[in-house]
Amino acid sequence: MPTPILMPALSPTMTEGKLSKWLVSEGDSVESGDAIAEIETDKATMEVEAVEEGRIGKIVVSEGTDGVAVNAVIAILLEDDEDDSALDSVETSAPSAPSEAATETAPDPVAVTPRSVSAPEPKGTRIFASPLAKRLAVEAGVDLSTITGSGPHGRIVKNDVEAAEKTPVSQTATAVTATPSPAQETAAATPPQLQGLPGYQTLPNSTMRKVVAKRLTESKQTVPHFYLTIDCEIDNLLALRKDLNNRSTEGEGAYKLSVNDFIIRASAIALGKVPAANAMWTDDAILQFDEADISVAVAIEGGLITPIIKNAGAKGLIEISNTMKDLASRARSGKLTPEEFQGGTFSISNLGMFGIKDFSAIVNPPQGCILAVGAGEQRPVVKDGALSVATVMTVTLSVDHRVVDGAVGAEFLAAFKPLIEDPVTMLL
Amino acid sequence: MSETSFDIIIIGGGPGGYVAAIRAAQLGFKTCVVEKKHLGGICLNWGCIPTKALLRSAEIYGYMKNAADYGLSAPNAGFDLQKIVERSRAVSGQLNAGVGHLLKKNKVTVIDGEGRLDGPGKVAVKPNKGTNTTLQGKHIIVATGARPRALPGLEADGKLVWSYFEALKPDIMPKSLLVVGSGAIGIEFASFFSTLGTKVTVVEVMDRIVPVEDAEISAMLQKQMKKHSLDIFTNTKVTRLDKKANEVVCTLEDAKGKTKTITVDRVISAVGVVGNIENIGLETTKIKTDRGCIKTGPFCQTDEAGVYAIGDVAGPPMLAHKAEHEGVICVEKIAGLKVHPLDTLKIPGCTYCHPQVASVGLTEEKAIQAGHKVRIGRFPFIGNGKAIALGEPDGLVKTIFDEKTGELLGAHLIGAEVTELVQGFVIAMGLETTEEDLMHTVFPHPTISETMHESVLDAYGRVIHM
Repeated sequence: MPTPILMPALSPTMTEGKLSKWLVSEGDSVESGDAIAEIETDKATMEVEAVEEGRIGKIVVSEGTDGVAVNAVIAILLEDDEDDSALDSVETSAPSAPSEAATETAPDPVAVTPRSVSAPEPKGTRIFASPLAKRLAVEAGVDLSTITGSGPHGRIVKNDVEAAEKTPVSQTATAVTATPSPAQETAAATPPQLQGLPGYQTLPNSTMRKVVAKRLTESKQTVPHFYLTIDCEIDNLLALRKDLNNRSTEGEGAYKLSVNDFIIRASAIALGKVPAANAMWTDDAILQFDEADISVAVAIEGGLITPIIKNAGAKGLIEISNTMKDLASRARSGKLTPEEFQGGTFSISNLGMFGIKDFSAIVNPPQGCILAVGAGEQRPVVKDGALSVATVMTVTLSVDHRVVDGAVGAEFLAAFKPLIEDPVTMLL
Repeated sequence: MSETSFDIIIIGGGPGGYVAAIRAAQLGFKTCVVEKKHLGGICLNWGCIPTKALLRSAEIYGYMKNAADYGLSAPNAGFDLQKIVERSRAVSGQLNAGVGHLLKKNKVTVIDGEGRLDGPGKVAVKPNKGTNTTLQGKHIIVATGARPRALPGLEADGKLVWSYFEALKPDIMPKSLLVVGSGAIGIEFASFFSTLGTKVTVVEVMDRIVPVEDAEISAMLQKQMKKHSLDIFTNTKVTRLDKKANEVVCTLEDAKGKTKTITVDRVISAVGVVGNIENIGLETTKIKTDRGCIKTGPFCQTDEAGVYAIGDVAGPPMLAHKAEHEGVICVEKIAGLKVHPLDTLKIPGCTYCHPQVASVGLTEEKAIQAGHKVRIGRFPFIGNGKAIALGEPDGLVKTIFDEKTGELLGAHLIGAEVTELVQGFVIAMGLETTEEDLMHTVFPHPTISETMHESVLDAYGRVIHM
């Protein structure tokens, strides 16, 4: 029976790759273990090995093809005694998207084993150790990722852990600098680096904590940040806010505008004026959005979440205010639906209520910018050579330099500042 | 003889030697086996295999005698000893020929004759036919096996006092039999002859039968065998054999020095085996011996470079599967492959008496001696549906865990088919599983193997069917 050879996943996160080169031609006989093709991802080039023997009946994806989905059929393997007519029975249209269906419907897919050529998978993605070795490592506080296994194929066995335990000095030293690995997480009951510290509580990481950790680490490590800071006088804004809030009626239609509601609206309007700042990075293109969906960071029990005011530029202050109140209250009770907090084109994080003067936020990927808002406070200001007092609020824009250059970021703030300082212009 | 130069020469074609030869041939070595008698060695011709054939006959005869228990009738159940022995010999013959075919298929040169070391790199061969010759070998593996130990006064004479050679082809069906020694060999013959109706007495110098096994298993086996009318004397030795025309008067002495005599038709001497280290030319090399066996390192190397020893001649445990594994390790090491030394603690042992006994790892006593704080699990066959359905309610699976780490230290089984079960625990120990993995393993129902699961559960207070 003809067997499809599928595009392998070279890493757990890979969804597609480039079939850079075929090492075999149609009609070639292959044996298990033969390298048949080279596959390229952004990280590495790997060889694909045949796992079964047979004859290459048909090459479905030609070499040099980009974006081949994982599990797409790339070739058809025939058994040695089959002729090409057997190919007619095989569905060879290559799926364009990574599809689980391909795996399910393909008859007996030939598993292919990626073999490292230029960039081996980082060691420590999975540690092979016997159950007993794992347990002993936990008890001894030995980090399995620092041990070389002596068992079959480098599997870590009891003896290896016991040997490591007997050499605590070097083991501790390496354990401290070792990068965290899944095995280390499970083996972390008494990590050596915590020896000598006072007693502590173990607070297991919630899913949200893990997502926060992963996304922000990724952002800080992979996004080239830069920061732009500007001061805004908000006396006019506070006066207007007071005036507008005084007009609120009791009962239905009541509202109470916050400074933050003004900032959301001002941001959305400024993004409308400087659309280059309302943008997002992808590998192939920068996406510049037509509308400003503003993500607003809300602190909740155990972490934070960023509900979204969609198309904030088209919403008035009252609508923004009421929507924000509703979203924040449901965020705190964990009742947001995913589409209410996933997405967004620009973020605002406001710590002014804690008296923070100014701070720099971490870009919320894949968005390009986040605005960090400090407290409004009375400060001495110099105007026309004379010292006076004004209520000043400092904002800092953190920017992904791949998407937004310094001048564009400055342009945005230059548009934002007058809207805040002279909020009546938000009506325009 | 055309070829005299080889990569690897193996002296002895028993389970260690012929397996080493096949593995060597697979790895591309030009290989030669020198065997003086039978390919397959004692195991296949005079040990493991022919005794299993005899015991199978006894087992079926036992079922026939108990046919009524199963709603069957076999009123004229009987046996023909000659035919039982013929079948046993035919089984050995078939497998002996099979080994010859395997060696031929792998292009291993087989020389029928006696080989002995003749200085470094040389093996002198006295062929069974033809003239003496000398072979050159880059590597020489000594796999000469073992033979029955002959205690003074207890030497086999081939007539009244048998070793396993005679016991495997008995000329008469003895009405009474004394078995000296209750290791695997002694207890299997005791079980065989007893089932066929011989009055069997077993004498053991240690304080219990099958002394290498866990004490609880020994006690249970002793109880079962006594139930089947065997007389068992432990802490007892045979001090004198008076051979008459067709019977032997045996003097037994217990630990307190009290003696008694019993008269039996035949005596089987089963007091162990000793390595075949004589007349194999060890004196022409730097090889050292220790307690009757060749001293070897972790990969079977001897003190003489290029000479290796595997199997019984390289020391205990003297088991065919140990020899086979050493043969493979030895050859793979020569080939430069990555090899793991044999862990003798993880070599299982099987005894095919009725009921069967099988074990791997430490006994409870040895585990405690080794400083482990242990957790013990026990599960009797009486709680197992399949065992009841089979009419085999007498059995026990005992598991021993290290309390601190959950390491499976040993497993000890007695009962029907346990020799086929023990391998599950051997794999578990080999892979260093803990109690948790064993508990999470699904055992098929209904099988006797469920007793293994239950025993593990029992060690942790979670047994279901008890």
